[in-house]
Amino acid sequence: MTTTTRLPHAGRTSPRAPAPPDAPSPRPRPLARLAARGTPYLFIAPFFVLFAVFGLYPLLYTAWVSLHEWKMGMKGDFVGLDNYSKLFGDPDFWNALVNTVGMLVMATVPQLLLALVVASMLNQRLRGMTFLRLGILLPIVTSVAAVGIVFSQLFDRDAGMANGLLHLVGIGPVDWRAERWSSWAAISTMVDWRWTGYNSLIYLAAMQAVPKELYEAASIDGAGRVRQLFAITVPMIRPAVIFTVISSTIAGLQLFTEPLIFAQGSNAISGGSLRQFQTMSMFMFEKAFRNFDYGYGSAVAWMIFLIIIVLTVVNFLIVRRTR
Amino acid sequence: MRKNSPLAYVTLIAAILLSAFPLYWLLVVATRGSDVVGDWPPPLLPGGQLADNIGRLFAADGAHFAKALLNSAIASLTVTVSVVFFSTLAGFAFAKLRFKGRDVLLICILGTMMVPVQMGIIPLYMIMVKFGWVNQLQAVIVPFLVSAFGVFLMRQYTEQTVPDELIEAARVDGAHTFRIYWTVVLPALRPGAGVLALFTFMGAWNEFLWPLAVLEQDNPTVQFALNQLSTSYYTDYSLMFTGALVAIVPLLVVFVISGRQIIGGIMEGAVKA
Repeated sequence: MTTTTRLPHAGRTSPRAPAPPDAPSPRPRPLARLAARGTPYLFIAPFFVLFAVFGLYPLLYTAWVSLHEWKMGMKGDFVGLDNYSKLFGDPDFWNALVNTVGMLVMATVPQLLLALVVASMLNQRLRGMTFLRLGILLPIVTSVAAVGIVFSQLFDRDAGMANGLLHLVGIGPVDWRAERWSSWAAISTMVDWRWTGYNSLIYLAAMQAVPKELYEAASIDGAGRVRQLFAITVPMIRPAVIFTVISSTIAGLQLFTEPLIFAQGSNAISGGSLRQFQTMSMFMFEKAFRNFDYGYGSAVAWMIFLIIIVLTVVNFLIVRRTR
Repeated sequence: MRKNSPLAYVTLIAAILLSAFPLYWLLVVATRGSDVVGDWPPPLLPGGQLADNIGRLFAADGAHFAKALLNSAIASLTVTVSVVFFSTLAGFAFAKLRFKGRDVLLICILGTMMVPVQMGIIPLYMIMVKFGWVNQLQAVIVPFLVSAFGVFLMRQYTEQTVPDELIEAARVDGAHTFRIYWTVVLPALRPGAGVLALFTFMGAWNEFLWPLAVLEQDNPTVQFALNQLSTSYYTDYSLMFTGALVAIVPLLVVFVISGRQIIGGIMEGAVKA
């Protein structure tokens, strides 16, 4: 029944679209007409009611809470921007910011480059295409917490396979949790493992729209595979690149589950004994739900939100300009 | 599309082996005793202790794994059904009905998609305290019953797949609007709604930060229970791995049944983005 031919609207309503609810009924009854007018609102009301209570209100209320001394669920004095100025002077917050951005860069850059390579490999005439795509996508349908457990073990100092492999090439055991760089590397590996396939499918979808004559012309001109990838493919799929850079940035700035599971032990929320891999989300959780300092936690939440906005805009501008 | 090359197969097979390896290792340890962890070379085949390990998992102190599974199943299924229902309903209204303020309201929904939900988590917790829902299952269900992304997706899908003529015909036959939605629009939306259902289920099953904030140890979801295992049993690898395996099984089942649709959903979303 959906095969009726019709030009796609490309996401916009045609101005000449008929107006079903206003169509005059044979015997106009005021009550029925009123009901018909109200129906659309009835259909969208559940979304707005639930969203207002559980989505929008909490977000705005976070700002209000952040302007107060608000501990153990008890509202104290209005303190203005005190929580924020305390935040700027808190070395643990800066530490969490550095960790988050560090892991973001360490995870996103290799992830997107790898995804680009995998996608360009997939963008060929291959046997077993469905199987290959499913295999690449497998990591995304797993649970983050479950995968976190596996990787925590693989990066264990004494019993982990990562150190087993390093031993084969003569590198001594690394205490992955102990140092900043090593814990970042382990956590970034988890993130990369999970998201590379997803991003390569997004690139693949965009690549399939690139006209193949461009590659033929480039081949004739003697451009190699790598050259073609960066001179033709990347510029042609720029919208997909922008999308993946921005969505990875937003996800990366909210990184929480992987480092928390990786930390193990009862004080996991601090991200290691020296907070060497505590992220901003972990820091917020610690302040609000371990120390019960809701005012301070809310200030952290708003800072994360502002940082997300700023970095998203910066990223967008950079990626849009690169050619 | 260029000529196929052996290099592509080698790279892709290597990528797939890397994708599958952690999950295979999960299976190996979950079916053996913890003593194999750290053996070099590592054991390469699954063992026969899965049933033992599962028995230990459900008996483990403080993990409440059976309850966690039940909680996660109830929460994820409820959220999925609700999101699909409300998204298709609102999506239909935005795509095919005319009413005052429609465009403005649609823009509001788009705007809310940009806001990370976890930013409102502290007041959300306060609301739960007020409602008396802390450590209650409805705390991880009710806030997720609608999805801005879902409404937007279903609105696009309705625009593209449901012809106006079909709706008019139904109206001429005397069907009221909800009936049109139920008998004409919803069946036509089935493929798109299916993809939305898959993604919603995966997201709900994987929810981690919020359950950790609002639930307590005796009434966890699966991801919460896994965290509990990894903080209290972090030397008992076969137990932790068995828990991880159990937590992944529903997602793998979804993947096996509908992998193609998931791929289609991701790739279609990318083209539109």
